[in-house]
Amino acid sequence: MQRLGELVSALQRKRGRVPRFNWEYVLIPAVLVAVIFFWDLLVRWRGYPAFLLPSPARVAARFLVAVRDGSLRLHTLVTLREVFGGLALGLSVAILLGYALAKSRTLERILAPYLVASQAIPIVALAPLLVIWFGTGALSKILVCALTLFFPVLINTIVGIRSVEADLMDLMRSLQATRWQTFRYLELPAALPVLFGGLKIGVALSVIGAVVSEFVGADRGLGFLVNLARGLFDTPLMFVALFTLMAIALGLYFLVSLLESLLLRWRWPEE
Amino acid sequence: MNEPNATPILVADRVQMTFASADSRLEALAEATFSVMPNEFVCLIGPSGCGKSTLLRILGGLVRPTSGRVLFEGRPLTHPLRRIGFLFQRATLMPWRTALRNVALPLEIEGVPRAQAEARALEFLRLVGLEEFAQALPRDLSGGMSHRVALARALVYDPDVLLLDEPFAALDALTREQLNWELLRIWQARRKTVVMVTHNIQEAIFLSDHVLVMSPRPGRIEHKVPIEIPRPRSLDDLYSPQFLELTRTLRAYLR
Ligand SMILES: Nc1ncnc2c1ncn2[C@@H]1O[C@H](COP(=O)(O)OP(=O)(O)OP(=O)(O)O)[C@@H](O)[C@H]1O
Ligand SMILES: [Mg+2]
Repeated sequence: MQRLGELVSALQRKRGRVPRFNWEYVLIPAVLVAVIFFWDLLVRWRGYPAFLLPSPARVAARFLVAVRDGSLRLHTLVTLREVFGGLALGLSVAILLGYALAKSRTLERILAPYLVASQAIPIVALAPLLVIWFGTGALSKILVCALTLFFPVLINTIVGIRSVEADLMDLMRSLQATRWQTFRYLELPAALPVLFGGLKIGVALSVIGAVVSEFVGADRGLGFLVNLARGLFDTPLMFVALFTLMAIALGLYFLVSLLESLLLRWRWPEE
Repeated sequence: MNEPNATPILVADRVQMTFASADSRLEALAEATFSVMPNEFVCLIGPSGCGKSTLLRILGGLVRPTSGRVLFEGRPLTHPLRRIGFLFQRATLMPWRTALRNVALPLEIEGVPRAQAEARALEFLRLVGLEEFAQALPRDLSGGMSHRVALARALVYDPDVLLLDEPFAALDALTREQLNWELLRIWQARRKTVVMVTHNIQEAIFLSDHVLVMSPRPGRIEHKVPIEIPRPRSLDDLYSPQFLELTRTLRAYLR
């Protein structure tokens, strides 16, 4: 009897899934169109010169030129490489160290003051030093990038690993799971929701890190392009570079969200 | 029930536990000594906070006692063993695994190939009557169903000893009774050794060969009450004079 009841309630829960139209897909582009519209209106109304505030059409035209002469592609690829290099380095060190700190209170007590103190130095102030030490090439950019995203990812890793239920840890111990199995079957999946939070902050920060370091000393990259355009009073080009940076940050964020929704399907009610 | 010269499978030898922190010391267990024979069903009852969970965790090798030792098949127990299974008070399923894969977990850890592990897991889900819910995630299971999945997971890798810490305490009386039945049936079919913590005197009498009664904190084993109601037992036994007499005795001990 009781089993029948359980079956019925589970079926009812299944029936509750109604495919619904997702308004976000319409509203997000609509907001974009509205912003461009008002921007255009503002330029026409106040008659701003292009070096102060170019019209959307001017920016679009400059974009096409930059695409055609290959300069946008070049600078974007440079920045992308720095961002991915920084992400790979920053994420792996932050996650490994975060895991160690989450596991060892002693290590945490010893290192915590230094980690917190390191965050008191603005990355903008540190970047010139790194450029002096490691040159104006990709390495110094990757380091700045990695340092920028390091701390939030580290903290999220510690919080995530510590959030594992004590009873499940005991279960793994009573099953005589190895350290690797405990990590693979329990700690990693349990920490993943918090880790993804850190990852989302991390990808956004990595773009900032790349730009900051390019400002300090570089001869290519989107940050360099912004600087160059400023010197040439080519404000439309500045807009092009800024929008490309935004697109990179958005694209990375979207990728992380996509991965999150694939891996964390168990957290959300089925649609 | 057991031959007098049989060797115990599990022995607690003057197990004592003191929790010490920087500014306080708390004696949770004061020298608990007892032994459990192979295939025996033993219940542990005692007032809240007397150290039952602590004792069970020590028996499972999950924590080291401050002094004394635990012997498993005559050898000192220094760490948890796969042959000693645990069923916790809460169901503790992994929310990202389906019911089936939760049950398969102990086998995957043993290195059984996944397909084979899942086939075995499905058998045990059937045993606890949850075959249809193999692909359900824990969030879609009711409390009673989650406990049944946890029971299947504790049984699937066939540990010789089961340590149960009030596993069904949070459930309503009917579901609890049903799960106790299933437990009894499985224990009889597979001849396992069970040590179970409970607050419920009737449940303890109904299930056990022996009931161990603990004193208030710091806990020690004060009484070992043999339950000689013949098996298989039925619900009618609940109303027999022998049962009522035992209930009265245990209640008096607990006061
Ligand atoms: N890790 C710990 N650190 C400090 N004190 C603890 C710890 N675990 C248990 N205690 C204390 O030891 C005593 C016994 O706890 P335990 O959980 O074993 O009791 P119990 O008999 O299982 O109680 P209940 O019936 O309420 O579950 C309690 O006073 C508890 O506060
Ligand atoms: Mg307890």
